Amino acid sequence: MTLTLTEDQLMFRDAAKRFAAERAPVSQLRKLRDELDPVGFDRALWKEMAEMGWAGVLVPEEYGGVGFGFVGAGLLATEIGRNLSASPLLSSAVLGVTALLRGGTPAQKETLLPAIAGGDLLVAFATDEAVRHAPYDISTRCTGKYKLSGRKLHVLDGHVADRLIVTARTSGDTCSRDGISLFLVDPKASGVTITRSSMVDSRNSAVVELRDVVVSDADVIGTFDKGAIVLDAVLDAGRAVLAAELLGVAEEAFERTLNYLREREQFGVKIGSFQALQHRAAHLFCEIELVRSVVLRTLQALDAQEPTASSLVCLAKAKASDVARIATNEAVQMHGGIGMTDEFDIGFFMKRARAAAETFGDQYYHTDRFAQLAGY
Amino acid sequence: MSAQPNSEEALEAFRRDTRAWLEANCPQEMREPVVDEYDICWGGRHFKFKSDAQRVWLQKMAERGWTVPEWPKQYGGGGLSKDEARVLREEMAAMKCRSPLTSFGISMLGPALLKFGNEQQKGEHLPRIARGEIRWCQGYSEPGAGSDLASLKTRADDHGDHFVVNGSKIWTSYGDKADWIFCLVRTSTTGKKQEGISFLLFDMETPGISTRPIRLISGYSPFTQTFFDNVKVPKQNLLGELNKGWTIAKYLLTHERNMIGGMGTQRVTPVSQLAIKHIGLASGRLAEPALRTDIARFEMDAMAFALTMNRVTDEAKAGNETGAMSSMLKYYGTELNKRRAELTMSVSGSEGLKFGDANSEEQLAAMWLRTKANSIEGGTSEIQLNIIAKNVLRLPGA
Repeated sequence: MTLTLTEDQLMFRDAAKRFAAERAPVSQLRKLRDELDPVGFDRALWKEMAEMGWAGVLVPEEYGGVGFGFVGAGLLATEIGRNLSASPLLSSAVLGVTALLRGGTPAQKETLLPAIAGGDLLVAFATDEAVRHAPYDISTRCTGKYKLSGRKLHVLDGHVADRLIVTARTSGDTCSRDGISLFLVDPKASGVTITRSSMVDSRNSAVVELRDVVVSDADVIGTFDKGAIVLDAVLDAGRAVLAAELLGVAEEAFERTLNYLREREQFGVKIGSFQALQHRAAHLFCEIELVRSVVLRTLQALDAQEPTASSLVCLAKAKASDVARIATNEAVQMHGGIGMTDEFDIGFFMKRARAAAETFGDQYYHTDRFAQLAGY
Repeated sequence: MSAQPNSEEALEAFRRDTRAWLEANCPQEMREPVVDEYDICWGGRHFKFKSDAQRVWLQKMAERGWTVPEWPKQYGGGGLSKDEARVLREEMAAMKCRSPLTSFGISMLGPALLKFGNEQQKGEHLPRIARGEIRWCQGYSEPGAGSDLASLKTRADDHGDHFVVNGSKIWTSYGDKADWIFCLVRTSTTGKKQEGISFLLFDMETPGISTRPIRLISGYSPFTQTFFDNVKVPKQNLLGELNKGWTIAKYLLTHERNMIGGMGTQRVTPVSQLAIKHIGLASGRLAEPALRTDIARFEMDAMAFALTMNRVTDEAKAGNETGAMSSMLKYYGTELNKRRAELTMSVSGSEGLKFGDANSEEQLAAMWLRTKANSIEGGTSEIQLNIIAKNVLRLPGA
């Protein structure tokens, strides 16, 4: 497979590029933040995005989606990153859909996937329990058949979800990969408490508390006790799509900075003529080119379900997190004083780069995981 | 070069024929890994073949035009399409066939001759490059013109039917082994310094040329300083137009950069494997966590870089704009190569410090020292960053 986009993918991307820039730009996120919007994104706009195939990007056509795969989801995420568009794409259309596609029963798929693809149903994935990502560190208890009790952190779009997918420890020790199971949970069920957190990137995150929440066999996703197979697939999907979003964040922050370097004058010249700034910008250009290659390759590997896809996911998430961090930090520094003001947009990019990097493992986590997968 | 892409069936037939031909004609010895410098065939008037197999392999491949598979047949090439050339590379790699001929004539001068040479020049020089009969060297840098190459002073004065060349060049790779030189000379001192440079080709046996090897920190002497004292060069040896040599020089440099940048992706033992050998695993992990992290960061960047080389190739093939990527590949590839060498030395400890020991299988220290030149030769890393800032990012000039 070549590292280029097909005609269909290019058209899909160009449509997304126009839509995100016109309908969901940074100013919209600023407005949601300033107005303390209770939802955190525009529901009507998500419905429009669904009509363009965003909500069903991973959903096969038989379930009402467009089936554009991870490459398609990544293309959307990159445009979302460029515009900091607020939407439940990651939570519902990527994490939720991947969990159902990889572990869902036919009944679960038939009821939920068309509704998700239509933009009418939102799913949130509740798994992390530690403040720093540690995927198998799960101690949410499951007693009897079945009552769930535990506390889940950083649940994306948790406060507006119509369904939760919750990981729980059904056997084995805390931190063991074995003995994890996944359950569909109704957020309105007795014993569920959801508290929205206010985050630095103005995006949605919630704490979900479960106290003896009753679920049944019909709510199990994947094989009981062997849910880590589905969990890993969901996390890798999220990581790869986040890497694609971080690519967009880095590209946009870099382009805005280049424009500033071409315009801003000090000492009677454009500051972009200073070699101290030129070399940093040129190095950053190279790093962003590398991220572009690894993100596309990783998304292709996930679509093809290649056995080494997880190593590529580590590479993409680590590299994209690190390069987006550098790009946004350099952006603020090179903009000087104005970069520190809330009125100017560049700070939003740095905040999102930080939050997206922390979600499902940052560069430190994924560098270590890469080494582990390579046998050292 | 045929412009039409080959059909799948035609390519498969070509693959079968190629495999059969290689199987029948590549000597067994030429399928063994390259161990030392003498295993590389550079060709030229004075080249001493290490073995009969090396001589035969060059001869058979040259007869087929496969030392330069994509050059036109009339100039000694194979006339293969890009797809056919890729199939040939894949089949040679699968059979572990060595490259029959390595030379600056193939990688640097040839492309420039094809683009800028007249019929007489192409007919004279290209076939001799393809057959490995003439070994070329590059006369670019001077003691006073390194990064600021355009300020070069070696001059060629017009004497009617010939030029007279005076001056000196430095960092001439294998200047003492080459038969001919392609050389940048000053033919005008008025106007912009880039607009008074011409591109000359001449025989290193012409009276008035002498070379002096330069001993490097690695102990090797792959470079010479080259002196020209009233060297007579016929006017027909001017490549392109008078005073337009800078354009050719830049075109050729992009080929050189791709070659040097590509060295970062050569197949070598991964640093992590060497680290496991020397340091060992504890509970499945490399016992030194700080070093382990640096190795992982390096191997991830190396993988990302290799993918980027692939992507740039794929995009160029699809006809997409790739911009001035050669500077990026040269900059990043050589910096990676230095990182690899530094880490290799770190994981090898005192073993890596052995130097000048002919019994030592791997010349790690010499290799480490050699990599330091990668980010200097062919334009320093800082020059590449300048080029990216100016030509790709369109940042204002100083």
